[in-house]
Amino acid sequence: MNAGAKFAIGALLIVGSVGYLMASGIKQTGQYFLTPSELSRKVAVDPSFYDVGMKVGAHVVRGTVSKDVATQTLSFTISDGTASYPVTFHGLPPDTFNDSVEVVVEGRLKQDGVIHATNVLAKCGSRYEAVPKA
Amino acid sequence: MTTLGTLALWVAFLIGIWGALVGFIGSARGRIDLQRSSRNAVFTMCGALLTAAFSLEWALFHHDFNVEYVAAYTSRNLPIFYTWSALYAGQKGSLLFWATVLATFGSLAQVLTARRHAVYLPWVAAVVCTVTTFFVTVMLFAANPFSRLPYTPLDGSGLNPQLQNPGMVFHPPMLYLGYISMTIPFAFAIAALASKKLDSDWLVAIRKWTLVSWLFLSIGLVLGMWWAYVELGWGGYWAWDPVENAALLPWLTMTAFLHSVMIQEKRGMLKKWNLALVIGSWLLSIMGTFITRSGVISSVHSFTESPVGYYFAFFLIASAIASFTLYTRRLPLLTAEAKLESMVSREATFLFNNLLLVGIAFSVLWGTLFPILSEAVQGTKVTVGPPFFNQVNIPLGLGLLALTGIGPLIAWRRASVPNLRRQFAVPVTAGVFTGLALLVSGMRDFYALMAISIGGFVLATVAQEFARGTRARHRQYHESYVVALGRLLGRNRRRYGGYIVHTGIVVLFVAFAGMAFKTETEATLKPGQSASIRSPFGWTYTFTHLGISQYDQLNRQVTAATIEIRRDGKRLGLLTTEKRQHVDALGRPTFQPSTEVGIHSDLREDLYVVLGGVVNGTEQAVFRFTINPLVWWVWYGGMIVALGGLIVMWPGGGSPAVKRAQAGYAVRLVAEG
Repeated sequence: MNAGAKFAIGALLIVGSVGYLMASGIKQTGQYFLTPSELSRKVAVDPSFYDVGMKVGAHVVRGTVSKDVATQTLSFTISDGTASYPVTFHGLPPDTFNDSVEVVVEGRLKQDGVIHATNVLAKCGSRYEAVPKA
Repeated sequence: MTTLGTLALWVAFLIGIWGALVGFIGSARGRIDLQRSSRNAVFTMCGALLTAAFSLEWALFHHDFNVEYVAAYTSRNLPIFYTWSALYAGQKGSLLFWATVLATFGSLAQVLTARRHAVYLPWVAAVVCTVTTFFVTVMLFAANPFSRLPYTPLDGSGLNPQLQNPGMVFHPPMLYLGYISMTIPFAFAIAALASKKLDSDWLVAIRKWTLVSWLFLSIGLVLGMWWAYVELGWGGYWAWDPVENAALLPWLTMTAFLHSVMIQEKRGMLKKWNLALVIGSWLLSIMGTFITRSGVISSVHSFTESPVGYYFAFFLIASAIASFTLYTRRLPLLTAEAKLESMVSREATFLFNNLLLVGIAFSVLWGTLFPILSEAVQGTKVTVGPPFFNQVNIPLGLGLLALTGIGPLIAWRRASVPNLRRQFAVPVTAGVFTGLALLVSGMRDFYALMAISIGGFVLATVAQEFARGTRARHRQYHESYVVALGRLLGRNRRRYGGYIVHTGIVVLFVAFAGMAFKTETEATLKPGQSASIRSPFGWTYTFTHLGISQYDQLNRQVTAATIEIRRDGKRLGLLTTEKRQHVDALGRPTFQPSTEVGIHSDLREDLYVVLGGVVNGTEQAVFRFTINPLVWWVWYGGMIVALGGLIVMWPGGGSPAVKRAQAGYAVRLVAEG
């Protein structure tokens, strides 16, 4: 077998393992990214969407944030205008979190209808601009 | 001054269009007069854009809050250091910064390029004019940094507190310089394709420019990691955020190019591949800008959603089509002058290195774009996060690290078995012993073990190369070992500088492996109470909350918690972590409160303490304590990489004849070695 063919086998091995790692990686770690209304539609037709790790992107409903510093519990409601879900989160929220930001909540929707978040990312309209004075 | 700025932008716009038109026509028809005009257009644009940038800085420093940009990113009480850096803090300003630097680099390329590469310069001028004009167009029609407000606010909104960090003054310009300077090698590649002068000459012309952008990008990436680590407070330095990925992508493809270019120089192979890498790297840099600006992919860094994204999408697609059309038409001229002779040769290991680098780049690109792709195909957005990138890239990265050691040990063309035995005996032993030592000391994490063992192997290869080279000079020229080592490095900068870069990469990998042993705990403490955490090195750290103090400082109100740290009962010192509420000139709060992390570092591990919040009216506070092993080695590794890069690029090194002779010497060493 000449060097070119041997090299082709080596190259195929590399390309194959990149492909395999990517495919298995997406299968094992991919998460749905949904809006609350998409989530409510999915849950309505397929109850297996309960208790599945996912991300939900929406805005925080003003006035729903309650923070208990001592127990590090944060609860708030997120909405996209049509559907809304209550969220609870244990831990330190990001600096940019307040009751008027867009958030990406990472966690599971439990049977109690509450999203139990493992991570909350706050996304300002623009992170680098001042929050407009309300 | 803003009138001057806008005027300067219009001048740059018109001159840019002219320069691009006459540049392309003049180069294609061989009209010297048009070529000269295009060259002058580059200089004029550079002058006009410098004027515009100066006008914006003028407005910033004079607090001209009637200018929207000034009002949006600065305030009267902003420290002067950050007033300067507000130039690139926002979308519009960074576009201006980008265009200005590009025109400057374009002018430098016209002036500094050696005479023997001058045939490419008219085409280069045309490409530089085109790209710069694109940026000016975006500013004039979608994001004018000089646009005025209908009223003049008393004070500006101020700069986001997270940008008020020394890292932010250096990190974005470094990254931008890396991104922007990539346009020059791209322009040379287009020049070579368009002019059909595709001998190895164009390679030499662009190699240094590629190194320049590679170096800036490397420094920018490490500074970005440093900024994220000390400022964002989540306890790490790399989160696989789309914007981080966007900067990593061209770095990966450029690293691939810097290796494969050697094969083209030595053996006349891989011409098509190299050109594709240069064009691809540049397109990735534009795509990076598109991702950060368009808001199509949510990222912590993204700017406001704005029409600017569409301009970039259009420009990206148009330039991709144009460059690859040209590329395809020139393919017949890009035939290899040699064939791969053996699997066990330097060429083959470089090819595998390239495949891995491009494979990593592809997986990072795929993961970054996956939300868009999955939504387009399945109708539902699916995202992948750090677990995906780690799962895919750790094994690939380790393979790459191993090749870093293997490549330099294998001879060009074909390596013989005795040669292999001689080259690999010491390094392989070193790697195996590193692994055994770690196993005995109790390390069980597979990837960390692999990373550090392979690191040991690579370091041994580098040491062996230096030792052999030094000994050869010592014997041949009777130089003392120190002189021999100095001259070895000085006269073969490319090769031994490259080894220094490899050393830095090993240090980085070992540091990354350290993060596998990160431990953290959260605690709510009253003054006097403490929390303990056991470090991966076997110590027990005790953190005692001493109390909260509040005071005003510069443009902020600070709430600081003081923590005493003890290691196995022995006092190490105090550490403070803060919540900062930034205020405007009238003392009213602006922005959300931001967290200032308390970090205590030594060579082995960082203690990283974040103040989560204070229970209202008391001194009871919530903390997160993290132990991050080996973080300092990331910064050291970054410095070593930069140092190696500088050595490789350092100008001089004798006449071309001497260089050729030395290249021959280096090749002979490998053949003998």
